[in-house]
Amino acid sequence: MENLNEIVAEAQAEINLADSSASLDEVRVKYLGKKGRVTSLLKTLGKLSSEDRPKAGAVINLAKSALQAELEVKKSTLSEREMDRALAAESVDVTLPGRVLGAGGLHPVTRTLERIENYFLSLGFDSVSGPEIVDDYHNFEALNIPDHHPARAMHDTFYFNPNSVLRTHTSSVQVKEMKVTAPPMRIICPGRVYRCDSDLTHTPMFNQVEGLMVGENVSFAELKGIIEGFLQDFFEKESAVRFRPSYFPFTEPSAEVDIQCVICGGKGCRVCSHTGWIEVLGCGMVHPNVFKHAGIDSEQYTGLAFGMGVDRLSMLRYGINDLRLFFENDLSFLRQFN
Amino acid sequence: MQFSEQWLREWVNPSVNSQELVEKLTMAGLEVDSVNPVAGDFSKVFVAEVISTTPHPDADKLSVCQVSVGKSELLQIVCGAPNVRAGLKVSCAVVGAVLPGNFKIKKAKLRGQESFGMLCSKEELGLAESADGLMELPSEAPVGQDIREYLELDDSIIDVDLTPNRGDCLSMLGLAREVGVLTGAAVSELEIPPVEAVHQEVFPVKVSDSSMCPRYVGRVIKNIDNTVATPLWMVEKLRRGGIRSIDPVVDITNYVLLELGQPMHAFSCERLSGSLDVRLSVKGEKLTLIDGQEITLDDGTPLISDASGPIAMAGVMGGISSSVSAGTKDVFLESAYFNPVSIAGKARKYGLHTDSSHRFERGVDFKLQVKAVERASQLLMDIVGGEPGPLVEVADEAQLPDTQFITLRSSRIGRVLGFNIEEAEVEGILGRLGLSFECESAGVWLVQTLSHRFDIGIEADLIEELARVHGYPRIPTRMPESILRPVVRSESSIAISSIKRNLVDQGYQEAITYSFVDPDFQSLFQSHTNPLRLLNPISSDLSEMRTSLWPGLMKALQHNYNRQHSRIRLFEVGTCFMPEGSGISEQQKVSGVVSGSKQEENWTGDSDTVDFFDMKGDVENLLALTGESASFDFARAEHPALHPGQCAKITKSGKPVGFLGALHPKLCKTLQLDGPIYLFELQLSEVSGRRIPFYADISRFPSVRRDIALLLDETIPSGSVSACIKEESGELLRDIRIFDVYSGRGVEKGYKSVAVSLYLQHVERTLGEEEVAELLESVLKKLKKEFNATLRE
Repeated sequence: MENLNEIVAEAQAEINLADSSASLDEVRVKYLGKKGRVTSLLKTLGKLSSEDRPKAGAVINLAKSALQAELEVKKSTLSEREMDRALAAESVDVTLPGRVLGAGGLHPVTRTLERIENYFLSLGFDSVSGPEIVDDYHNFEALNIPDHHPARAMHDTFYFNPNSVLRTHTSSVQVKEMKVTAPPMRIICPGRVYRCDSDLTHTPMFNQVEGLMVGENVSFAELKGIIEGFLQDFFEKESAVRFRPSYFPFTEPSAEVDIQCVICGGKGCRVCSHTGWIEVLGCGMVHPNVFKHAGIDSEQYTGLAFGMGVDRLSMLRYGINDLRLFFENDLSFLRQFN
Repeated sequence: MQFSEQWLREWVNPSVNSQELVEKLTMAGLEVDSVNPVAGDFSKVFVAEVISTTPHPDADKLSVCQVSVGKSELLQIVCGAPNVRAGLKVSCAVVGAVLPGNFKIKKAKLRGQESFGMLCSKEELGLAESADGLMELPSEAPVGQDIREYLELDDSIIDVDLTPNRGDCLSMLGLAREVGVLTGAAVSELEIPPVEAVHQEVFPVKVSDSSMCPRYVGRVIKNIDNTVATPLWMVEKLRRGGIRSIDPVVDITNYVLLELGQPMHAFSCERLSGSLDVRLSVKGEKLTLIDGQEITLDDGTPLISDASGPIAMAGVMGGISSSVSAGTKDVFLESAYFNPVSIAGKARKYGLHTDSSHRFERGVDFKLQVKAVERASQLLMDIVGGEPGPLVEVADEAQLPDTQFITLRSSRIGRVLGFNIEEAEVEGILGRLGLSFECESAGVWLVQTLSHRFDIGIEADLIEELARVHGYPRIPTRMPESILRPVVRSESSIAISSIKRNLVDQGYQEAITYSFVDPDFQSLFQSHTNPLRLLNPISSDLSEMRTSLWPGLMKALQHNYNRQHSRIRLFEVGTCFMPEGSGISEQQKVSGVVSGSKQEENWTGDSDTVDFFDMKGDVENLLALTGESASFDFARAEHPALHPGQCAKITKSGKPVGFLGALHPKLCKTLQLDGPIYLFELQLSEVSGRRIPFYADISRFPSVRRDIALLLDETIPSGSVSACIKEESGELLRDIRIFDVYSGRGVEKGYKSVAVSLYLQHVERTLGEEEVAELLESVLKKLKKEFNATLRE
C-alpha cells in the first residue's frame, strides 16, 4: 500500500503542475482513467483475501475521491484563468467607430411637408393629390380668374399650349375634389407647382400645400383658429400672428398671414426687411363663384381655403438663406437635415 | 402706387402720424412696401438769388458769384454749373450746412478765390438721381426761405403694393377716400366747375366700337403756350408720385391721372386729320408709339385713328405722329372710359405696361370722364393759357356699366365671419364707404354699388369690406366645430413616406430635382420620342418635361461628384410625364442612383465598391414592403442607358415595374464620371400595394435540408432554376437558397455550378427519408429535362 501513497503524491504533484485544462485532463486520465494508475490498483483488489479486500478498497476509493476533488478545484481555477486570458485577448477599442451603412435622410422639404401634413391630418383633413399638367379651366377659370384678369399677371405661367399649363398652384386639385366629394369636406393638397420666374427669391418650381374645408358653418373665425394653431405648432413658439386683408380671386374675404419674425423676434432684421413681420401664407373664405363652378350651393355651405409655400416655411424653420439650395441637392446641404 | 404723404394730407388729414397711417393702410389690405423721404437729409439750404457772376480769373469753367440769401451782406460763392447766371433763383447751402451723405459746407478757397457756400443741383439735395446743372427755382421764390420749407420737403413717399381689385386706389382721390373710411377723418371735396367755352371749334369723334369705349369725352383748347415751365409744385407732386416731368401739357394730363385716377391723352390738333375714330385694329396696321417703338397690330386691339390711320393704342399709349410738342398751339384733350375687358391683356401682348393701361385694366370710375376733362382744362388755362372749346361727349348708355343693388344680410355676415357685427356698425361702415343703402327689414339691407368700386358687386364683396374696415384682428379666433370624419388609410396601400423611409434606412439621401430638364441630357437616358416641351421655358436647359427621374438624379450625382463626394446614394420620388398616344400620362416613379463604396470608408477595411447585387438587394428590400416579394420577376433586359450585361427588367405578373442596372460605361465616360454607377427606377403604383397577411399554421415537425450542386450551361439564369425547383417541389418546399455559384477550374468551359439548399417540411408529420429522396429525384429529373442540368459529382 505504500504504492498507493506514492501514486497519490505523484498525482498531487502533477495536478499542481498542470497549467491548462488539457494537461489537467491528461493527469486525470493518467490516474483516474479506465487504465489509470489508481483505477489499476482497484483492479488488483481481486487478488486480496475477502477480509482484506473491503478495507483496501475503502482506502483506494478514499484516495480516488480526494484526487477527484483536487482535480475539480484545479479545473475550475484553470478555466477561470483561461476565461480571463480569453477575455483579455478579445477586448476591443470601444472608441473606434461602428460599422455602418451610412445614414440617409429625407429632403428638408419632405421633412417640412410631413410636419405640415401631420397637423392637418390631426384635424381630420385628408391629403389628396392631382395632376401637375392642367387645363386653363382648372388652373384659372374655375378659380374665378377669367381670361385677361389682372391676377393672371401674378401667375407667371408655363404653357404647353394655350389650354394646357403646368399648374401654378395646387388649387387646381381642389376644384376636382369639390366636384366629386359632397360637403362637409376637409382636404389638403400638397405638391409641386410651377411659375415662370427665376431669381434670388424665386425658383421655377416650388412646393405648396393648399387646404380647403367646406361645411355648413365654416367661418373666418375658424380659419383664424386653424391657421394660428398651425403656425404655433409648426414653429413651436407662441409667436404673434397677424391677418392682413389681401386679395385672391378665389377667396373673399382674403387674408395674408404674417408671423412675428422667427429670426429676430420682431425687432427687425434682413429676413423680415426690418418690418418685424414675415409673410407666411395666404387664405380666405371660398368665393361664391368658385362654389358655383364646383356645383356647391354657396347659400347652404361656406368654405375656407389656405395656401402656403413649403420651401419658404422650411427656410424659416431651419434658417436656410438661399432658396436655390433646395434643388441643387448638394449632399453637404442635404445631410444637415438627417 | 407711390404718392406723397403731404399731398394725401391735403385731401384727408387724420390725426395719426406717418407710421400709424402706414400701419392702418397695411392692415386694411393696402400693403405699404416702403416709406422714403422725398429728399436727402440736409439742413441750412436757402432760396437765394444770384446777383452777379464774373468769370474766375484762373479757371475757365468756374464763375465767381455774388449771392443774396436775404441777409444784408452778399455771399461770394464759386460755382461751376453751366446754367449759373445773374438773376437766377437757386438753392444755396451756406457755411455750416450739411448736405446728404454728411457733406459739411465750409468756407473754402477755389483756385485762390474764396467761397462761402455752395449752389446746389437736384442731385446734391437728393431730389434726383442725377442732374446736369443747378436746380432753377421760379423767379417768385422768396429769397432767404429755407428750401425744405419752400419745396415742402419734409414729406415722405409712400409706396403701396395694391392688389388688382383695388384699382380705385390708384389716385389721390381714391386713397383719400380709403383713408377717410379707415380713420373717419373728413375728405376734402375738389371743386371742379365746368370751364366755359370761348369758341365753338370741336374735333369730330366717332366711336365705332362702343362696347370697348362706352364713353369718349374730348375738348379742343386753342392757342396754348407749351414752352412755359411746369410749375414746381406740380413737378414735385409728379416726382413724388413716380412720374417724370415732360412738358406742361403732358404733365397736366399725368397730374390728373394721379389726382383723380383718370388716364388722359392730349393730341396735337395741328397733327390730326379728318376725324377721330375709336375702333378695333385690323391685323397688319402699324403704329409708332410716343417712345419711338413701331408696332404691327393684331386684330382687335383698341385704337384711336384719324384719316391717316392709327394714332394711339387706346388706353395704353399715344402715337408719336399726333403727340404734343413744345410748339403745339392747339390741343385735343381725350378722357375716355374703356371697358376693362377690352383693354386687359392688350398692353402685355405688345410688351407694354403703362400707368394708363394699369388703370384701365383694373377699372376706372365710369362717371369720371367729364370731371377729368374740366379739371385738366382749368389746369391748362392756368399754366399754358389757351381758349377752351365746347366739351364733346360720345356715350352709349347701354354699354356703360350701371350701379346695382345688392342684398346684404346680417345673418350671412355672421355665418361667413363667424361672429356678428352690430347693425349700427354695419351701417356706419357702409356709410363711410360712400355706399347708399336702405334697410329692407331687420338685418337686411339693400345696398347700391359705386361707380368707382369695380370690386364691389355681390354680397361677399360687402362682407369683405365690413371685415376689412371692422379690422381682421378684431375677428374672433376659434378652432372648428365640425362633423368628425375619419381619414381612412387602407392597410393594403403603402404610404409614400414608408417607401421614402425604407430607402433612407438603406442609406439613401432624398433629392428633389426639377420636373423640366435639358432635352439633350435627357436623350442620353431614354429613347422616348416626343417628350413634352414647354412653350415658354426659363431656359433651354429647363425646357423638356422629364420622362424619367434619372436625368435629374444624374445631374445631382454629377454636382456632388464634382464637389469631392465619392460615395453617393440618392433617390427621388416624383412625377414623370410620359408621352402616350397624342397625350401625356403623368406617372409617379421612385428612382435611385448609387456610386462609390458599399459602406462609408472605415477602419475595418470593408470598403468594396458597390456592385449590381448591392443595389438589387436595396430594391428587393423596398419590394419586400409589399409583402409579396416573390411576385416580382427580374429578367435580363436591355436599356439604352444601362450596361448590356448588367441590366434587369422588373415585372410583376407580366406588368412592367421598372429597371435596374449599371450605367452604361459609355455614358460614364460622356458624363466624365468614374463608374460603376447603379440606377433603379420603379413605377410607384406597382410597388405601393401591400398584401394583407393571412395566418398559416406553423409546423411542429422538423425540417430537412438537402443541398444539391448542379452543373448547367452558364447562360441559364439561376432564377429559372429556382423557379423550376419551386414548381416541382410543391408545398413541401419551405424555402430555397442559392448558396454558391461557381465556374472555372474543375467546371467545364461554358458551364457553371449552382449550389442550392432546399428546406423541406411537412405541416402535419415528420418527413420520411424515402419521401425526401423521391422528391429530390423528381426535382433532378425535371432540371435535367428543362435545363439539361446534372448533379455535380
